[in-house]
Amino acid sequence: METIKKLISKQSLEKLYTTLSASRKVYAPVVAAAQRVEYKYNPAFADVTFEHIQSTLSVKNVVFPKVENILYYTNNKTDSTITEIDLTKIQEVVLWGAHPCDTAAYDILRSIFCWDIKDEFFAKRLEKLVVIGLACHQSDAYCFCTSVGLAPNSTKGSDILLSKLKSGDYLAEILTEKGNAIVTASPDLFEQSNNDEVVITEVKQKFNHEQVTEKLKTAFENPFWIENSLRCIGCGACAYICPTCACFDIQDETKGKEGRRYRSWDSCGLKLFTLHTSGHNPREVQSQRWRQRIMHKFSYMPARNKSLGCVGCGRCSRGCPVDMNIAEQLQDLEKLEV
Amino acid sequence: MSDFEPKVVAFVCNWCTYAGADLTGTSRIKYASNVKIIRFPCTGRIDFMLLLKSFANGADGIIISGCHPNDCHYTSGNFHAKRRWIMFKELMDFMGIDMKRITFSWVSAAEGAKWAEVVNTTVARVRELGPYVSYKKMVNTHIEEEVTNE
Amino acid sequence: MSNVATKAKELLESKAVQVVIGYENGTNGVVRPAFITTPANATKLIYDERCVQNLAVYLTKHEVKHFGKMGIVATLPVMRSIMMLISEQQVLPDNIVVIGIADDGNILDFADMKIMQAHIGKSNLENPSKDQEKLAELNKMSLEERFKFWENEFSKCIKCYACRQSCPMCYCTRCFTDCNQPQWLPVQSNTHGNMEWHILRAMHLAGRCISCGECGRACPVNIPCHLLTMQLAAQTFNYFNVHAGISEDMKSVMSTFEPNDKESFII
Repeated sequence: METIKKLISKQSLEKLYTTLSASRKVYAPVVAAAQRVEYKYNPAFADVTFEHIQSTLSVKNVVFPKVENILYYTNNKTDSTITEIDLTKIQEVVLWGAHPCDTAAYDILRSIFCWDIKDEFFAKRLEKLVVIGLACHQSDAYCFCTSVGLAPNSTKGSDILLSKLKSGDYLAEILTEKGNAIVTASPDLFEQSNNDEVVITEVKQKFNHEQVTEKLKTAFENPFWIENSLRCIGCGACAYICPTCACFDIQDETKGKEGRRYRSWDSCGLKLFTLHTSGHNPREVQSQRWRQRIMHKFSYMPARNKSLGCVGCGRCSRGCPVDMNIAEQLQDLEKLEV
Repeated sequence: MSDFEPKVVAFVCNWCTYAGADLTGTSRIKYASNVKIIRFPCTGRIDFMLLLKSFANGADGIIISGCHPNDCHYTSGNFHAKRRWIMFKELMDFMGIDMKRITFSWVSAAEGAKWAEVVNTTVARVRELGPYVSYKKMVNTHIEEEVTNE
Repeated sequence: MSNVATKAKELLESKAVQVVIGYENGTNGVVRPAFITTPANATKLIYDERCVQNLAVYLTKHEVKHFGKMGIVATLPVMRSIMMLISEQQVLPDNIVVIGIADDGNILDFADMKIMQAHIGKSNLENPSKDQEKLAELNKMSLEERFKFWENEFSKCIKCYACRQSCPMCYCTRCFTDCNQPQWLPVQSNTHGNMEWHILRAMHLAGRCISCGECGRACPVNIPCHLLTMQLAAQTFNYFNVHAGISEDMKSVMSTFEPNDKESFII
């Protein structure tokens, strides 16, 4: 549908939030202790922040939970009885205040989860997700959305995108039918859009991702990977907090005769990720694992999924204990002689 | 609450406490039946994961018992265990896990009466404390909240 | 060029070492570990009050050992980690050269480990004071309050293992979490499993933790897991009168015993 532009005042925004929060699950950002931002379900409006640059964890968990049951089983004498998960029980979630990098991530995740075989769990959750995005009026040195084809006010992935206006009110861009449904449910909260200026931060482009993808075609054996990954300690932090990382492990947990099979987040940075039962590990050293991370996001995914595997949110770089700053590494890669 | 019967798991060493518990039986000394005894070769073999799993699987109290120092069948197993128990107790207390629910004891193969006393005291104390609700609640949280929703 | 850089250049030029592990300026005002293999690159090395990461974690890393002899910039916690690693046969003293940093920031030349040992012996080996304060605060709480505190903290844990990976003493090539016969801990992250993970990790570090606080710093969700290991470090001294990482040949606290180890709770 064609984008509709509306104005929503600060007071109306509160009314909208309160209305939504009263009858649905709303996932909104709050300032946790020590200046950290976390998304919580249905916090009070007074606690919801509009000033966050980024939350520590991404919001991929609304479509790709940290842990998700995929079936239940009962072990009988000779076989097992499987109980499927009732996906119709998945509730609608309104994601409130996600920045454009996070909203764009859902499409990238969809390109992985619904690639050739549709992941029913993911698909159902995405179907039930309504995204009210929040354009960025602030950014920091870790942000690099403009280097990966996005922008601080990109509408990609949002059903409604809110942008702060100079007056303190918000521009609401209604982008999809899902977004429109919210407007038609509370029409008096959305006024005629005026021509007030939006406050959008500037995120300077740091590298050209097409150049990077090109360089990666011949950079596989380059010593760059070894030099740049020596300090990597091989934890899973970057993959777990990344909005586009989608790798998962599947485990069974049995108690007596009853059990459940679940999937949970996994990381290619961990040594165990590619360890075979024979003892052989095709990615034995950290440089191979670091190379895999970058190549997956900037070489394999563009080639196969037709999209980059990164939205430039900068979380991995903020959260890394040893400053494996992905933007810096990609800038260096771009300049590499291959 | 008055009909709460605590579930107590006892991790005991084969050579002393288990034999001691046998003696309690053959001496026809009655003691609380709430305890389930698990036999180990030595207290030195007891991993703390087992204790944590006991609480997670519904135990309200735990007894750990072995040979007196200098009497260990394997010479020094119980000395190692003692050091570990000291550290474990401090850590558990620091984490807010109720150490009043755990009894550590040395019960020899000849101390049938002592075994009965250890069990009875522990069961009485745990009965007073009630079921270990806060721990069980934490264990069950993941099933309800964490798994299919945030 | 900083003092550290000069020293590193010397060591690399004389081929006393093939790599120097130190600190360099990273992005956005942070410092990060640096691995200098040529004298020319030694100028990258810096040392200031931001340099707190425990670099000893790299001494057991295959990719770093691969270079040959290793020089390492070492503040007190790093020195103690090195001692621990030597006492646990994970590092050979002949394979490393320690570029010690005194409390006042000056370089200390350790011709051999005995000199470093003497330096450690003269130093304050207690937990850092701000952590001691936090520990005291927690210890003042009631049992239920403490349980709630840790339950809340561990509900945030995502099991990324940054705590384990950043710890110099967690060098096991096969961590107990990697076993599935038996599956000691749930693979997934849930409050209870996370608590079990941190309890067992702290127990595996009892008597071995030198209170660098790296685990807490590394945590992407700011869980103060370093308080668990530091609490046990304090209790190790309290009960057994031993601080970890004080000498090359110190006995492993939890693998040894004194017949008269004092306790008051075993009936």
